[in-house]
Amino acid sequence: MTPAITPTVPERASTQGKKQHLLDLQEWSAEEVWALFETTDVMAQVMTRTIKKVPALQGFTVGTLFFENSTRTRLSFERAARAQSADVISFATGGSSMSKGESLKDTLRTIDALKADLYVVRHQAAGVPYQLTRWTDAAIVNAGDGRRAHPTQALLDTYTFRECSPGFDGFEGKKLTIVGDIAHSRVARSNLRLWTKLGAQVTLCGPSTLLPHELEQFPGVTRCFRLEEAVEGAHAVMALRLQLERMQKGLLPSLAEYQARYRLTPEVMALADAQALVMHPGPMNRDVEIDGELADSERSVVERQVANGVPVRMAVLYTLLVGRQ
Amino acid sequence: MSLHVKATLMTEQEIGRALNRIAHEIIERNKGADNLALVGVHTRGVPIAERLAQLIHSFEGVMPPVGKLDITLYRDDLTEIALQPVVKKTEVPFDVHGLRIVLCDDVLFTGRTARAALDALIDMGRPAVIQLAVLVDRGHRELPIRADYVGKNVPTSAQEVVKVKLKDIDGENGVELLEVLP
Repeated sequence: MTPAITPTVPERASTQGKKQHLLDLQEWSAEEVWALFETTDVMAQVMTRTIKKVPALQGFTVGTLFFENSTRTRLSFERAARAQSADVISFATGGSSMSKGESLKDTLRTIDALKADLYVVRHQAAGVPYQLTRWTDAAIVNAGDGRRAHPTQALLDTYTFRECSPGFDGFEGKKLTIVGDIAHSRVARSNLRLWTKLGAQVTLCGPSTLLPHELEQFPGVTRCFRLEEAVEGAHAVMALRLQLERMQKGLLPSLAEYQARYRLTPEVMALADAQALVMHPGPMNRDVEIDGELADSERSVVERQVANGVPVRMAVLYTLLVGRQ
Repeated sequence: MSLHVKATLMTEQEIGRALNRIAHEIIERNKGADNLALVGVHTRGVPIAERLAQLIHSFEGVMPPVGKLDITLYRDDLTEIALQPVVKKTEVPFDVHGLRIVLCDDVLFTGRTARAALDALIDMGRPAVIQLAVLVDRGHRELPIRADYVGKNVPTSAQEVVKVKLKDIDGENGVELLEVLP
């Protein structure tokens, strides 16, 4: 579970410093992220119009390769591609030749014959999106690999903080807290990379069995086992779902004990900064990791996170595809 | 490769007179300034639209609304270009439906920007009329597009560059003809 291994990506000729892939946010500079957010502002504006479509990516084809279940992320990427007039081809492992024993490489080779310009990839194994960059000339966007990374989720969470935080003036000196099942969360890993890169202090909170100590090696990251301490003075608190399907037995004494100690409630949020935001990347288990009323309260920006998914992904597709040779 | 100034095409005074005339022509052609809106194409179409709106206001007492249009997402060469154009914000803070819209730009050349701007505007609604006002028409059209209002017609060769400078962006007003030297 060490997050430190960084696979290498083959260099393409004449890239001129332009981003070729979105695999994780460690490869993107803060300037590139800010530029992406400015493009996102424009895309968000397109999505408020009567005609929610621009011709920018006409002639490009986006392939979505989901080796792991996902509905929302895949739909969000497909909407983002179509809203820019790109064509979309979809691949899901259920009912494919993967279930007949075909290898990942052969599957990609077959799909690559359809000549997509960019693939959006989700896979249960960490590192698969990196591996795919060796087997195709197309751009790769990581839509979640194992517990490792989910960069577009982190981008939309961060964009939502920039949008919703009252009087937003950057991430320097901000305390951002993530509570819950950190161990199994690629969302937490991508967010802590991005937030610390932008200058924030990140506090991770949860029971010690779900809070890997390796993550403290990132500068600006601290672990904390008491919810009250983690939330105190925070500018945003993100609750994470317990990924029971990925969990081995014995990590939690009982669900009731977890709820009693780590459920995000209005009472705990009273300790945070007066204008702190409540976030959740979904899917949300109401009254398990987050109080149902709190999720619907004024502090909650959960709906904005969902709404920002499409414009952020539009900006990612635009940035990777336009000018790619 | 470098650029050198071959000739001054318009001075500050000449730009002022041309915009004055265009403002009068817009009012005349549209029978007043009611129901009129000006939309400038980023970057230098924006101050031109703002100046025309001020002039129309001083002649008619009606201030037409002004919008800013970025046409990047509507360009027809996004699959071919090597450099990624920066997308700027489109700010058209009024409903274009039923309005008489004057699209403003600095130079009319191939007509591709105007084509993209027409598509971008029509995606926002259904204007009653769209007209085109440009400070300089330099010829070499690649599409069947013409301007309704022209500050100055300038015959150019395809190798030459027409540079419009406007105070808000470049610190001074003037139009120059530049030549590319090998």
